[in-house]
Amino acid sequence: MRHVISVLVQDHPRVLNRITSLFARRGFNLESLAVGTTHVPGLSRISLVVSGDDHTLEQVEKQLNRLIEVLKVTDHSEPHVERELCLVKVHVAGVEERLAVKDIQEAFRARVVDVAQRSLILELTGDSKKVDSFIEALRPYGILEVMRTGAVAMSRGERTLKVREKREAV
Amino acid sequence: MKGAEALLRALEQEGVEVIFGHPGGAIMPTYDALYDSKIRHILVRHEQGGVHAATAYARASGRVGVVMATSGPGALNLVTGLADALMDSTPVVAITGNVPRALIGTDAFQEADVTGVTMPITKHNYLVQDVNEIPRVVKEAFHIAATGRPGPVLIDIPKDVQLADFTGDFDGALDLPGYKPTTKGHPKQIERALDALEKAEKPILMVGGGAQHAHAELLAFAERTGLPVITTLMGLGAFPGNHPLWLGMPGMHGTVAANRAIHHADVILAIGLRFDDRVTGKVSRFAPHAHTIIHVDIDPAEIGKVVRTHIPIVGDARLVLKEMLKGAKPLRLAGWWRELEEWRTRYPLRWKPRSHLQSQEVIRAFYEATGGNAIVTTGVGQHQMFAAQFFPVTRPRSFITSGGLGTMGVGLPFAIGAKIARPEELVIDFDGDGSFQMTLQELATVVKYKLDVKVVILNNGYLGMVRQWQDLFHAKRYSEVYLADSNPDFARLAEAYGIKGVRVERKEDLRKGVEAVLNADGPVVAEFKVYHEEGVFPMIPAGGAAEDMILDHPEEREREEVEA
Ligand SMILES: Cc1ncc(C[n+]2csc(CCOP(=O)(O)OP(=O)(O)O)c2C)c(N)n1
Repeated sequence: MRHVISVLVQDHPRVLNRITSLFARRGFNLESLAVGTTHVPGLSRISLVVSGDDHTLEQVEKQLNRLIEVLKVTDHSEPHVERELCLVKVHVAGVEERLAVKDIQEAFRARVVDVAQRSLILELTGDSKKVDSFIEALRPYGILEVMRTGAVAMSRGERTLKVREKREAV
Repeated sequence: MKGAEALLRALEQEGVEVIFGHPGGAIMPTYDALYDSKIRHILVRHEQGGVHAATAYARASGRVGVVMATSGPGALNLVTGLADALMDSTPVVAITGNVPRALIGTDAFQEADVTGVTMPITKHNYLVQDVNEIPRVVKEAFHIAATGRPGPVLIDIPKDVQLADFTGDFDGALDLPGYKPTTKGHPKQIERALDALEKAEKPILMVGGGAQHAHAELLAFAERTGLPVITTLMGLGAFPGNHPLWLGMPGMHGTVAANRAIHHADVILAIGLRFDDRVTGKVSRFAPHAHTIIHVDIDPAEIGKVVRTHIPIVGDARLVLKEMLKGAKPLRLAGWWRELEEWRTRYPLRWKPRSHLQSQEVIRAFYEATGGNAIVTTGVGQHQMFAAQFFPVTRPRSFITSGGLGTMGVGLPFAIGAKIARPEELVIDFDGDGSFQMTLQELATVVKYKLDVKVVILNNGYLGMVRQWQDLFHAKRYSEVYLADSNPDFARLAEAYGIKGVRVERKEDLRKGVEAVLNADGPVVAEFKVYHEEGVFPMIPAGGAAEDMILDHPEEREREEVEA
């Protein structure tokens, strides 16, 4: 089973190292990892995509929680918003192809962010499944490059990834 | 004040009395500051010896052990010892020098990415970039090492940070928002646990190293309930080894009574242990009749990691036992005890006597001569298992061995650390000829500080434990395990260091040899030339279950049958 996990960490040097080293050492399968700072100085938020059975997932969470700089771990099993950003550079030979790619772009609500003579860069955000189908749809035209950020996630509604009492909610 | 002085001041504030270590370029400013400090430094001959000594110091005293080393090669020599301390949950703080900040990442002389290397083998580690952070980092390191599930913490300090002017203060608070170990067990779960025990017909109490500090509560709880007690290798001494409720050690070389008790138990109360595979054997066949497993551990990640747990209790063994004691009642276990007693009397630990001197009888002779009143350290191998079997220590923190990592070579440095922690105690290192040769240079440390430790080498001329596995599982193809053709004369080796050497080769000289060791005024290295093809039994082959236990070497059994 695929799981998206959010981890709130102190943004100390090497904290990412600790997390990846943990996955390597314990043999957990890490599919993607996306990191960014939060609105609270000193805190970063990591989204991990992991696959495994319930037992593995329980261990992933528990082992992450053991890391001193990890403040909070959530497995997004509850309703949540999941997004991934993807850039695709696609080959466009002539006008006909350009129009066809434009159709796909509109259907997926992607944006053109770069136009060159024989190629376009398209930008898409969406959940990972949508990104997958977007790439599949473009494949026949000749994909030159793909860059995906990996999924990020946030719970819906009032739920937040809170740090214990004294810190501000993130 | 320089960073190095601030470091020592911070260590003094933590109550550090002794540091094991070895100097070098990148840690020299700190050694310079040490020159004026009240803290005692023990100069070891190899950093591995230092970290093992610090580990044993911690285990014997219940305090944090401290080791110091220089950058690169010095720090990397700590690796095995840090991994060992992590596996056996021992509070150790390692301080290493590093190259100056400006050189980090340039492959400078004696540079290694020590925080990177030690990340998976420490509980936490630090690279100190700012001199004013030193007091906070030291405070956090000691706090992390000693609380929750104890473990090693490394502090790496670049040389220029040690030399920088310190302008900070020493009363900063801990800043560890992500670290709050749960120590008090959940009352509801404790109630459920007591309830399960009361309803049980064949309950057992299994205890590991995490309960060494809970020995008083453990004894009271066991005596109140009448539960049979099993202690793992790491738990030896947490419960008196001469107590009628004690069934011995479980697992690969455990007692028949302990393993059968686990096999037949319906309720298992496990405290401060992590269900190591040397204890469980094949997990799917472990404790097949246990409908309720209660697991008490301070580390939530241990609960449910290996075996399914029905009543998880996250908390400190001592605090949980204290709470459990309040509701504990005497259990009606007469029928269960009759069964246990039968196994215990029918299958005691024993060995097949031979005309040749044997490891088991040597260890037993020391046990008898001391009444079990000693701190025992061991190397890793057959002798370690024999020591666990035939020297049942009666007091906590008195059996110091490498359980999780199984590190050969710990015996002598462990003895050094234990002796420094508890100088008034008799310290005996039961060692193997193979294990001892991995760190024997620490005899120099023994001499330098006049440490009265008794090293008893059970010399079988082989890497015995490996030879035993080759014997049983590789058709006696003894590949690269023979030592006798190149072993030194251990007694003369000791004498070369100025230490009393003793050699015993014949059965009839055993008593005299034991006395020579125990009566010697000062350290001794004694070599007992023991039977070269001994096996450790009982044995459950790796990946087997209680029912697969071999009581004797298969050939011995056949021989007995023919003779009968
Ligand atoms: C550092 C290290 N290397 C290798 C091993 C594998 N090993 C386990 S027991 C053993 C043999 C130990 O021989 P010795 O110390 O002579 O003790 P004996 O088994 O003969 O009592 C070996 C090689 C180990 N545990 N540790």
